[in-house]
Amino acid sequence: MNRIQKEARKESLLINMGPSHPAMHGTIRIMLELDGEVVKNSEVEVGYLHRGFEKTCEHKTYFNLLPYTDRLNYVSPLINNLAYVMTMEKMLEIEAPERAQYIRVIMSEFSRISDHLTALAAMTMECGAFTVFLYYIQAREEIWNFIEQTTGARMTTSYIRIGGVRADLHPDFKGLMDKAIKVTRRVLKDVKGLLNKNKIWIDRTRDVAVANPEMAVNYGFTGPCLRASGVSYDVRKAHPYLVYDQLEFEVPLGDKGDNFDRYMVRMKEMEQSLKIIEQAVEKMPASSSRAGLMAKGIEPDEAIKASRTKKAEERVNLSPNLQGSEKDVRPDILVKGKKYTVPPKEDTYTNIEGLINHFKFFMSGHGIRPPKGDVYFSVEGGNGELGFYIVSDGTDKPYRLHLRAPCFHIVSALEEMIKGHYIADIIPTFGSTNMIGGELDR
Amino acid sequence: MGKIKPRAYYRETLNGGFIATKINYMLGWGRKYSLFHYPFITACCGMEYMSAACAHWDFDRFGVGMTTFSPRQADMLFVVGTISQKEAPVLKTVYEQMCEPNWVIACGACAVSGGIYDNYAVVQGIDKIIPVDVFIPGCPPRPETILNAIEKLQDKIQHQKQDWKWKIKK
Repeated sequence: MNRIQKEARKESLLINMGPSHPAMHGTIRIMLELDGEVVKNSEVEVGYLHRGFEKTCEHKTYFNLLPYTDRLNYVSPLINNLAYVMTMEKMLEIEAPERAQYIRVIMSEFSRISDHLTALAAMTMECGAFTVFLYYIQAREEIWNFIEQTTGARMTTSYIRIGGVRADLHPDFKGLMDKAIKVTRRVLKDVKGLLNKNKIWIDRTRDVAVANPEMAVNYGFTGPCLRASGVSYDVRKAHPYLVYDQLEFEVPLGDKGDNFDRYMVRMKEMEQSLKIIEQAVEKMPASSSRAGLMAKGIEPDEAIKASRTKKAEERVNLSPNLQGSEKDVRPDILVKGKKYTVPPKEDTYTNIEGLINHFKFFMSGHGIRPPKGDVYFSVEGGNGELGFYIVSDGTDKPYRLHLRAPCFHIVSALEEMIKGHYIADIIPTFGSTNMIGGELDR
Repeated sequence: MGKIKPRAYYRETLNGGFIATKINYMLGWGRKYSLFHYPFITACCGMEYMSAACAHWDFDRFGVGMTTFSPRQADMLFVVGTISQKEAPVLKTVYEQMCEPNWVIACGACAVSGGIYDNYAVVQGIDKIIPVDVFIPGCPPRPETILNAIEKLQDKIQHQKQDWKWKIKK
């Protein structure tokens, strides 16, 4: 028997919403005590997407658990990668090369845009604005095209690695990037025209589910939801990481903390993110071996054959899924030192030192072994402060890994936010919290 | 009967007369192009499902654009994403509420086999709970893969023995 069943008054109606409900994203259940159409009380039940992330990570090496972080907040996987990798870098006391840092900024800002686009797309669609949903997803599609061009995957990229990034940007990245920025700008403009002064939209979102600054801070809100309440806290400004302190951007704030503010803050943040991307591309240092990336070399099997008699010196063509991670590009995008990064494939297949390094990296009990201790680091994720807490016992596997999921704290305030509102107000409220199951239930 | 192009066949050959076909074939033809589906979306693959459903890839071209959130109206259950042990009874309930004939697509590695989550919390493939017609591999599958799976399912529906015993009353 649930809490709400015990507490409910006899005359009120108990209704169950979710987990299989179009607006509950399949992974959350809200039990409501209704008086007519007004929500008197509610109970939120989470855990429908519990996949044992934290426990699984205890059985994976530091390098191998990276793909699991992709699937936490699956709309912005690159920021999850970044949060985990930055935590590890803090623990290992290394820093990625400058070009890699700029690439990380570009990638994480694109991810943030795709996160906000998806959040708002779901929120608007559930309120009936299907056109807006289609527009948003179109912009997201262009962004994912750009991400795919460089990383090789649309969503689960595992692109940002300990010590840098997996590969350099694609030689022709500017074309798709400009297109993505252009389409996103157009979509934002269109949506502004469609929604910002739309009577129906304002009626459904204005003054609904107000989270005042005190409540927001007390619950541990971060990200767009906190800033919608008027509290200026952005990890990128408060504790700058990567090269964010060298880039100019504003932190948009709301004034009321209702659903409309949460929508507006996200819309404005996307524009700021586009600005950041444009600045980052301009400031990004050029690759020192620009000619190298497109240069032709010998085929891998020839290189392996040649290496049997003498040390191979010619450049080797890597397979297309390793493109951008050639040996001569690596100093720009990966930290020096064989301890932290996978040795270059050319070396692994053509000389004995490279092969030994490869084995040493992947052999169980070897690989990345940070010193004993614990470390916490957080970045600004799509939903807010995304932090990793890792306890190391000196072996190659984490002793304990904990994720500070931003939307967990926001969803915990849902009960208070929907209290006293109509049942139809639950939908935009829930949409504006941007609950992501993978991150919430882990 | 082989492939027929109904409109041309009607115009040229029949000239307003009769059409002779197998009821099995006709039912299959009708069913495969009007699949109402119930998206049971839980996790990451849902994002690719959204992409496949939206204007860019648009699976409405294949006649599966109608999304219904009532299992009683749905022909096809689209299980998209990880099914955890806690979610499993919900999925089974939804499946059991669907009317016959119904089909199930398991989309993504987690729904197919548990995927990378080989642990205490995740059901190792939804075929442990409900029967599945088409499995889509990939973590997550690309939208093209989802479109391909829909074509595969339509092919299956066309060629399977249609359940029309309701005609015969004993």
